[in-house]
Amino acid sequence: MIWETVIGLEVHVQLGTRSKLFCGCSAGFGDPPNTNVCPVCLGLPGALPVPNAMAVRLAIRAALALGCRVHERSIFARKSYFYPDLPKGYQISQFDRPLATGGRLLVDSADRGSVAVSIQRLHLEEDAGKLLHDRIPGKTAIDLNRAGVPLAEIVSGPDLHSPEDARTYLTALKQILVYAEVSDCSMEKGSLRVDGNISVRRAGETALGTKTEIKNLNSFANLERALAAERDRQIEILERGGQVDQVTLLFNAGTGSVRPMRSKEASHDYRYFDDPDLPPLVVGAGLLEETGAELPELPSAKRLRLMSVYGLGAYDAGVLASERPIADYFEAVCRAGADPKGAANWIINERGEYPEPASLAELIALVAAGTVSHQAARKIYPELAGGSSPRAVAERLGLLQVGEADALGPWVDEVIAAHPDEVRRFRAGDSRLLAFLTGQVMKRSRGTANPQGVQAMLARKLEGS
Amino acid sequence: MSGRLAAAAVQNRLAEADRAGLNATLAWSAAALAAEADRVDALPEPGLLQNLPVAVKDNIVTTGLPTTCGSRILEGYRSPFNATVIDRLRAAGAMIACKTNLDEFAMGSSTEHSAFGRVLHPMDPTRVPGGSSGGSAALVAAGVVPVALGSETGGSVRQPASFCGVIGVKPTYGRVSRYGLVAFGSSLDCVSVFARTVADAGRVLGVIAGPDSRDATTLAASPIVVAHAGVSLAGTTIGVPREYFPGDLDPGVRAACDAALLRMRELGAAIVEVSLPHSSLAVPAYYILAPAEAAANLARFDGARYGVRAPVAGDLRELYRATRGSGFGPEVRRRILVGTYVLSAGYYDAYYARAQTARRRIAGDFAAAFASGVDLLFTPTTPTTAFRAGEKTGDPVAMYLADVFVCPASLAGLPAMSLPIGRSEGLPVGGQLIAPSLAEAKMLSLAAVLEGALDPTAEVRR
Repeated sequence: MIWETVIGLEVHVQLGTRSKLFCGCSAGFGDPPNTNVCPVCLGLPGALPVPNAMAVRLAIRAALALGCRVHERSIFARKSYFYPDLPKGYQISQFDRPLATGGRLLVDSADRGSVAVSIQRLHLEEDAGKLLHDRIPGKTAIDLNRAGVPLAEIVSGPDLHSPEDARTYLTALKQILVYAEVSDCSMEKGSLRVDGNISVRRAGETALGTKTEIKNLNSFANLERALAAERDRQIEILERGGQVDQVTLLFNAGTGSVRPMRSKEASHDYRYFDDPDLPPLVVGAGLLEETGAELPELPSAKRLRLMSVYGLGAYDAGVLASERPIADYFEAVCRAGADPKGAANWIINERGEYPEPASLAELIALVAAGTVSHQAARKIYPELAGGSSPRAVAERLGLLQVGEADALGPWVDEVIAAHPDEVRRFRAGDSRLLAFLTGQVMKRSRGTANPQGVQAMLARKLEGS
Repeated sequence: MSGRLAAAAVQNRLAEADRAGLNATLAWSAAALAAEADRVDALPEPGLLQNLPVAVKDNIVTTGLPTTCGSRILEGYRSPFNATVIDRLRAAGAMIACKTNLDEFAMGSSTEHSAFGRVLHPMDPTRVPGGSSGGSAALVAAGVVPVALGSETGGSVRQPASFCGVIGVKPTYGRVSRYGLVAFGSSLDCVSVFARTVADAGRVLGVIAGPDSRDATTLAASPIVVAHAGVSLAGTTIGVPREYFPGDLDPGVRAACDAALLRMRELGAAIVEVSLPHSSLAVPAYYILAPAEAAANLARFDGARYGVRAPVAGDLRELYRATRGSGFGPEVRRRILVGTYVLSAGYYDAYYARAQTARRRIAGDFAAAFASGVDLLFTPTTPTTAFRAGEKTGDPVAMYLADVFVCPASLAGLPAMSLPIGRSEGLPVGGQLIAPSLAEAKMLSLAAVLEGALDPTAEVRR
């Protein structure tokens, strides 16, 4: 039996605002517990939410980057459930009237080429706090620093057909959101979180199978592992003639397996209704246009442009376009006069802090002119970080290739004078001795001479006189 | 008179009211009053409400006095911030005199549902002052304070104002900030004003009204400027909705309304009958929508962060169950249950969505009436005068119907007020004015004319 896997991802990204979604508290990460709190995010009696315009702007930017339609009016809704990390007993989210719908993201599938993954919706919501089980022995503490931090939830269509594709999609999504400066998308800091919906069906069927949801996939690798484990579990059940139950699962990274959440954890009736504290969120044409203008060139467009404008190959262009600062740096180096292919090679192969674009451009030019050897250039490169000029570094380290007659002449003359026997044998026709004599000159130059230049001068002097 | 003198006078009257067993206050202290007095005396310039003592319903948060909402679950709770209306009153030179008793979380129509005991009607201790802002109404009626803040969700200021014979003004929804008003039905809640004169009500409303960056639902509207009261109503058209004068209307209430309408006609007003055909849907719709919002609004009282936490040995569910089960009184629990039910999966469309439709139709009725050329509507505020304590506590629906004439304007978000228009068997009768959105000034101007033309203490002739 051939099975087809169907996967959709629900991704939460923390919007990169300074303050929270409905109050002025810092949205910073890593501060001591309960220091970034106020009556609003603590849910104190009488406090009311007021939307953060910057969060709305970043969510719009994300929606536009993903090709979504941003709705002129969207509605904040209350999602009710009791949990100690949820100060109001409800989360302010968006439900039946989300900020944006109907986008798509192109991803390179391992086995299907470039495919468009639909983005069903993107909505704004506030984060909950965090329970700390290890601070006070025998007790659970609550840290509400994160409560009210702005999130965008991005829901893909069931368009992914393998755990690998799911990972590729998440990578592309992260890339585009980091690019657009919507979020830092750090899984370690919790600013990128992902839940996976997965079902399998017989190849060729169009109806979807029963899906399960896997929560808290906390790394790219675990996303792929968990989905693969769940795919295999579902196929095994179906091949035995069984039925998949619609359950919510948790992935155990230690064992590599999934287990169902207790039904109490999973079965919620959220009793959504429009939040009366917040008027409809209105995104006018002006704001939409302004936000659109803030949107940078996105990775796929940049890759194509790097190929067409700079004549790079698809691989080089892809690597450079994968991160906006790298692509920007590449272009700056080219603007400083470097050969694009040479610049791409340097940027892709060198790690660590990049030197000033002009410095790298100069270094590339020195190599091209034969002033320093490639080998020498690799020694010069790490010294450029402080802003030093490549030529100065080369001089300081004695790495300039000596090709000029002025410098070579004395060494060549000395070698001819010091080796009369070998000179006579060369003149008698033993041409192998040219290599010996060249070596002697190189030795005197301590390797800085250009060997071709040395050879040429030796031959001229010995044959001409 | 200095703040100190005003504070001393109100302190004496508060002590006297407490001695008389009115049970209208939940918190006040000589020290807090003295601090308020010193503060207003130190203001660089006298404000619009200089030295005015204001009683505040105990669901409006204050840093100077506890805020309990009349509930065990918030017993002793002290807010770290002041409501916007409190900040504005204080900045205008007013003194916060006391916190007043109320139906728990403003849920009730008689102030019998307070965890801290019922409030007595100042004129007849066997009767209720109305509710839920009964403490504020009683204090103004008893002359303890000239003005008080209450809150309205479905008539909780107009109805007790009517029962107690004082003025009660509910502004347009969004006219006054809700920041610091402990939420009950957020789409309906309005901080509202009790006063003994229309002028005082207008002054206080003028100070507390206006947009607030902390409440996203406040409206950017021009300030309320009440025209100097003339004596003529010529050119004014008063609409009288027939649905508000049913056959079983209390005869004393009917007679007082008829007399008031006659007086308005004598003063030159045109009186026209109008119809608000969806009026009967108001109470049922209200008792779906308000509890639905309340169930979510009261979810935060879980014993985890503040307020009272019941001692339990069990798990989280036990903590919630014990805290909320013992912290909330029966009426609050009833409304949380109803509100949870009407929003549950499978029931939303049958209840909540239909109630929203009813709400839109009720608002449409008002819009049509005002579009037909009516300036203001006049109705009885309540179907009866103040009822006896205990008379309706066993029958929630009978209690809810005490708000039948005040609920519709709440659902429509319109400004409305009650003013005393006479007495029936010694008890005050209130007449209600309902105005178009943001037409508070027009409403208060007309009320000022009526105030000068009617004797609210006169027994009506049937």
